[in-house]
Amino acid sequence: MVTRAQPDLAAARAAAAAVPDPELPMVTVADLGILRDVETGDDGRLVVTITPTYSGCPALREIAHDLRRRLGAAGFAEVTVRTALAPAWTSDWITAEGRRKLLAAGVAPPHPAARNAGPVPLTLTTTRRSAVPCPQCGSDSTTQTAAFSGTACKALYRCQGCGEPFEYVKEI
Amino acid sequence: MTEDEFAAYQSLAEETEDHRWAFGTGFTDPLEGIDPSVPDGVDAAALAAYCLMLGDDALVYSHRLQQWMTRLPELEEETALANIALDLLGQARMLLARAGQAEGAAAGGTGRGEDELAFFRDEHEFRNVRLAEHADADFAELTGRLLVFSAWRLALCSHLASSADPVLAAIAAKSTRELAYHRDYAAQWVIRLGDGTPLSHGKMAAALGVIWPLIDELFQEDQVSAQLPGVAVDPAELRGEVGDVLDRVLAAATLERPDVAPLARVAGQAGRDGVHTEAFGYLLAELQSLARAHPDATW
Repeated sequence: MVTRAQPDLAAARAAAAAVPDPELPMVTVADLGILRDVETGDDGRLVVTITPTYSGCPALREIAHDLRRRLGAAGFAEVTVRTALAPAWTSDWITAEGRRKLLAAGVAPPHPAARNAGPVPLTLTTTRRSAVPCPQCGSDSTTQTAAFSGTACKALYRCQGCGEPFEYVKEI
Repeated sequence: MTEDEFAAYQSLAEETEDHRWAFGTGFTDPLEGIDPSVPDGVDAAALAAYCLMLGDDALVYSHRLQQWMTRLPELEEETALANIALDLLGQARMLLARAGQAEGAAAGGTGRGEDELAFFRDEHEFRNVRLAEHADADFAELTGRLLVFSAWRLALCSHLASSADPVLAAIAAKSTRELAYHRDYAAQWVIRLGDGTPLSHGKMAAALGVIWPLIDELFQEDQVSAQLPGVAVDPAELRGEVGDVLDRVLAAATLERPDVAPLARVAGQAGRDGVHTEAFGYLLAELQSLARAHPDATW
């Protein structure tokens, strides 16, 4: 009988889950829901599946690179990184732990994403969502100053309570 | 910044054996690990041509937005339009990569890569609509054109999300969520300018007069879509849906549809046939010059 060493999936998952997001390094790819799966392929290789947040997100390539490097350091030399496009990433996949970390770092976590059947509703005013509490002081008296921020996944806000600007991870 | 927050950033500074690129994307495949096969019954050559059309729209539009960087009225608009350009570039990369896969399937070999398609095709080989290549003269033209383009592309991608090609369907479904933000951004500016001062209203109305002749082409039949039942969307099908969105924005902006004729076709041909406006040659020269001067350059 021939036995082949199987990758230790639990160790591989732990190593993959620890990869920080290059744009939001206070959270990991597991916290953001970017890491979809860690499994063993038919040929015994470790297969890690990730999904892009936004189509143009340049972080995905850095993430794949970091995954290979960390898994290599953890003893997994042969790793296949797969991209999954469907179902498309949604901010609803950010875990409770991820939301807590974002808030602690001064970034407001996203509201739930609306999903309607039929045409996407047109939003003609800048108040497309309910109040985003300030991550610094907790005030609900905040206004959006820009629909996009340093990255596509965030909007810029300002708090009327404490006067501080902050970023909000958009619901998508 | 607290010590914990700083520690989080340190992970970015860890040593890697990363290779940097001079231009292009040869270092990574946007469809890595995705099944490249073309479903049975789908004309692979037509699918390649269709993905190229939609990819060229996004690539060329993205480049036009990139040209606005450092020239916009406020920092907030710089970040918004840079991110919109980036979203479109990402969509372009996936669509060009899919075009290459389908091209390979049609030829029973390997198709062209996304870099080859973006940097080493000539003007007449690009299949983008002429709306995508228009050079905006001012911020009113920029927002008016972005409204039209993103409203149209959002409608198109919403329909394509149920395409019989699973890769195209996945790219389209992902794109709709991004395009909804682009469309709303543009719509809000058109309203702000249209329903603003007499000066801004006049500029927005004039901008629509420039953009409107380019709209009719979006809904014209093309030879490729007709060969892809169940895969592609009939362009004419989108006219009502897009027109409704535009009318609602114009009403809120106190503007009216300009009474202008569509931009003429040349011997019956337009962007989808590789017939472009004069401005396109200059855009392409800028987009491609580095890659053509230094093929395969890396550092």
